[in-house]
Amino acid sequence: MLGKLTWQAIPLDQPIPLAAGALVVIVLAVLLIWVAAKGYIPYLWREWITSVDHKRIGIMYCLLAGVMLVRGFIDALMMRSQQALAFHAAGYLPPEHYNQIFSAHGTIMIFFMAMPFVIGLMNFAMPLQLGVRDVAFPTLNSVSFWLTAAGALLVNISLVVGEFARTGWLPYPPLSELTYSPGVGVDYYLWAIQISGIGTLMTGINMVTTVLKIRAHGMNYMRMPIFCWTTLASNLVIVAAFPILTATLAMLLLDRYVGFHFFTNEAGGNAMMFMNLIWAWGHPEVYILVLPAFGVFSEVVSTFSGKPLFDRRSMVIASLAICILSLCVWLHHFFTMGTGGDVNAVVGIASMIIAVPTGVKIYNWLFTMYGGRVRFSSAMLWSIGFMVTFIIGGMTGVLVASPVADFVLHNSLFLVAHFHNVIIGGVVFGVFAGYTYWFPKAFGFVLDERLGKAAFWCWLVGFYVAFMPLYVVGLEGMTRRMQHYDRSEWYPWLVVAGVGALIILCGIALQIAQLWVSIRGRAQRRDLTGDPWDGRSLEWSTTSPPPAFNFAVLPNVTSDEPYWSIKQQARARGQLVTPEPEYAPIEMPRNSPTGFVTAFFAVVTGFSLIWHIWWLVILGLVGAYVTFVAFAWRDRHEIEIPAAEVARIDRANRAARAAALSEEPVQ
Amino acid sequence: MLRSILTVVLISLAACHTAVLSPAGPVGEGNRIVLLDSLAIMLAIVVPTIVAILAFAYWFRASNIRARYLPEWAYSGRLELIVWSIPALVIFFLGGIAWISSHLLDPAEPLKSQAEPVEVQVVSLDWKWLFIYPQQNVASINHMVVPAGVPLNLKITSASVFNVFFVPRLGSMIYAMYGMTTRLNLQADRPGVYPGLSAHFSGDGFPGMAFDVHAVTRQEFTQWAAATRSSGPVLDEAAYRKLLKQSQNVSPYTYRSVQTGLFDDIVEQRLPPGEGPPTAQSAASGSVAVLAAREH
Repeated sequence: MLGKLTWQAIPLDQPIPLAAGALVVIVLAVLLIWVAAKGYIPYLWREWITSVDHKRIGIMYCLLAGVMLVRGFIDALMMRSQQALAFHAAGYLPPEHYNQIFSAHGTIMIFFMAMPFVIGLMNFAMPLQLGVRDVAFPTLNSVSFWLTAAGALLVNISLVVGEFARTGWLPYPPLSELTYSPGVGVDYYLWAIQISGIGTLMTGINMVTTVLKIRAHGMNYMRMPIFCWTTLASNLVIVAAFPILTATLAMLLLDRYVGFHFFTNEAGGNAMMFMNLIWAWGHPEVYILVLPAFGVFSEVVSTFSGKPLFDRRSMVIASLAICILSLCVWLHHFFTMGTGGDVNAVVGIASMIIAVPTGVKIYNWLFTMYGGRVRFSSAMLWSIGFMVTFIIGGMTGVLVASPVADFVLHNSLFLVAHFHNVIIGGVVFGVFAGYTYWFPKAFGFVLDERLGKAAFWCWLVGFYVAFMPLYVVGLEGMTRRMQHYDRSEWYPWLVVAGVGALIILCGIALQIAQLWVSIRGRAQRRDLTGDPWDGRSLEWSTTSPPPAFNFAVLPNVTSDEPYWSIKQQARARGQLVTPEPEYAPIEMPRNSPTGFVTAFFAVVTGFSLIWHIWWLVILGLVGAYVTFVAFAWRDRHEIEIPAAEVARIDRANRAARAAALSEEPVQ
Repeated sequence: MLRSILTVVLISLAACHTAVLSPAGPVGEGNRIVLLDSLAIMLAIVVPTIVAILAFAYWFRASNIRARYLPEWAYSGRLELIVWSIPALVIFFLGGIAWISSHLLDPAEPLKSQAEPVEVQVVSLDWKWLFIYPQQNVASINHMVVPAGVPLNLKITSASVFNVFFVPRLGSMIYAMYGMTTRLNLQADRPGVYPGLSAHFSGDGFPGMAFDVHAVTRQEFTQWAAATRSSGPVLDEAAYRKLLKQSQNVSPYTYRSVQTGLFDDIVEQRLPPGEGPPTAQSAASGSVAVLAAREH
């Protein structure tokens, strides 16, 4: 009846996962009861869960990412403390548990923290910057989000029911084959990533279509903000690379479920092919993450320097160069598999070449600050912290791209330090900058700057204290994923790294405090102008938070920095430049529970596939198909927002802006 | 912040006590030179850039009334040329180093030496290393004895999941993969003990896959081989099948002789791969295997 699922799947004999799981379940239950008692469920259902508004979906993506950041960071703390304790000792985590923790840490941080965060920011800001009302396929967007959430849920269910993969965040066969990993851990990984991966691919298609086909009048390609360009580049890579991931994991699933031999040791299987395929997705993946972060930094550095971005054309060329090169270098993940000198050298040099457009970007941000009036808000601090940190990470990246250096650094903690250096220093700092920068646009009040800056300094210092020792210990020859060791020269560095993780913990605590304090004091922190940072692109021209339709009248773009030009003209004249437009009713897509219901059936299907509950698999698939059919047969697609309502919202916005203008000295 | 980072980097490099930066053989020396040369070339551009970022941000702070404000300045063809050519030139240099060194230090290329190389066949098992010396017809587990000053010609394979053979102080690492042979050529210049490990995660027993490479004089090596031939078990197919069972933290021991062609039988898949974790039926015999391995 329940396949492989028995009471033994609940780790009643292991206190750590049991306590952690029980805590999560209790917190969720309390949260749900509180929400229900307050009567918020109809509101949440109407305004958020079924919402197809790109801004709401973007916010939900970021919220999911924030929760998963905490989850993944708890794993990181456990790993660092285990390695700080396990010198000549077993530590407190046995191998079968430690191995699950580092696998879950990588999986969660890449797939359910970094990806949702960048996709959330792209979802929120890109249509606003393009001056349009929504993405190309709003309901598909909702489905994408809920499928990602479904994957995250499955990974977290494995904490309580069964186990997670013990193979690392990329399940290399033959270790991940049934012979060597007979448990359900790898299956949890595979189905969670398959489900969320489909969501990500649909996001990629959605975003590429939006940028290419839906832009405000006059917003030609060279006038698009750089964030939209990097969104385009990133999503092109998603569309190119994610099908490879899905196909590769599907082959591993066939091996595990129906006895195929793609990657097995026996019957002609070849595990090297998995390495090849998974990195053909995996290396582009890091550029999928970092390109939108580059876009955020471009917006933030320009805004807080009070200047246009230096040399936009170079920036666009560099982004597209990275987009294409990112797909050509995956082979550097197996320099040490015995490929010859020619192959190694060609791929090594190709990998190094990516440093050229990336270096150009750094210099362009540098010269954007030149001649500017730099305001050190916390978003700008994240950006400067990024520039310094990312250069160091880029440098060590070029080091490991040199095949002969990689021969002694591959899989070492030097490598671990390198990719945390670029992912924390690049992606995480980037999403935090974007979060601080666009928060007032999303909610109509600014985040507390003092706590934000304190969080930044904790993260920055914590990062260096946690990861610089790992560079050293990597040069000492320590490899990654060691549950215990007996080499005295590694020990002090790992203790220091553990202290660094605690400093980052302070940073995260400060960020939670910042959110709490800012929400409590939102009445005083309100931003009525919709433009708290003196912004330059179109998202700052509408109210904060923007209405469902974003713009009362779609903007007509005549320059590279449309909102900045409008503001400059208004400042010169001392009054708003555009006369009040004629308001017309606006048609917006109707909210739809399709995404949520599909994801519900996806979780049911995934869970029952993991536990071999075949009747439930069929039920889940039928449910998902029925949902799709019901959506396809809908007869009312859109709702109309009356002109009077549009006028009311826009008049308030214009009045606030006129008031803000009269407070400024005329330039 | 910056100063502290640089201090850490410089101290750790200047001390050069780290395994990878204090090599004990020509291959490791090559790795080290490529690593440090590339690092030096990059630091020459990275340090000034970091300084410039901090200096620009500080000087052009909004409160500095002496700084010029150029609100419209966003393009300079000359700067654009420099901005593209600096990273391009650096990568040109580094690419050159990468190209030359990848060919000079190809792990599969035998080292140039007057001495006849010693052949060792390396098999990674769950979770121990088997070293077979075909010329001496002996074998050892988790323990390697090699003559100093003589090239080592290693053939590496795996009997189950992926592992990586890595002795940090000797240099380059290479993967061990089932059904495939990878080749690696190393040399220890001086006698000494050089710790080795698996550099690719391979399951629960992975951290216990550490082994020591004892580099000894040629005479001592000959003596060791002779002594090993005189005692210990024989590595035949039956003994090998016992090794296929999973076992952890196995203490080193030796085999006095090895069945001819065993390594080729493993690579050619004439022998089965590692068994993986014991299933419910074979759990009893699995624990026996662990005990048997520990007895040695």
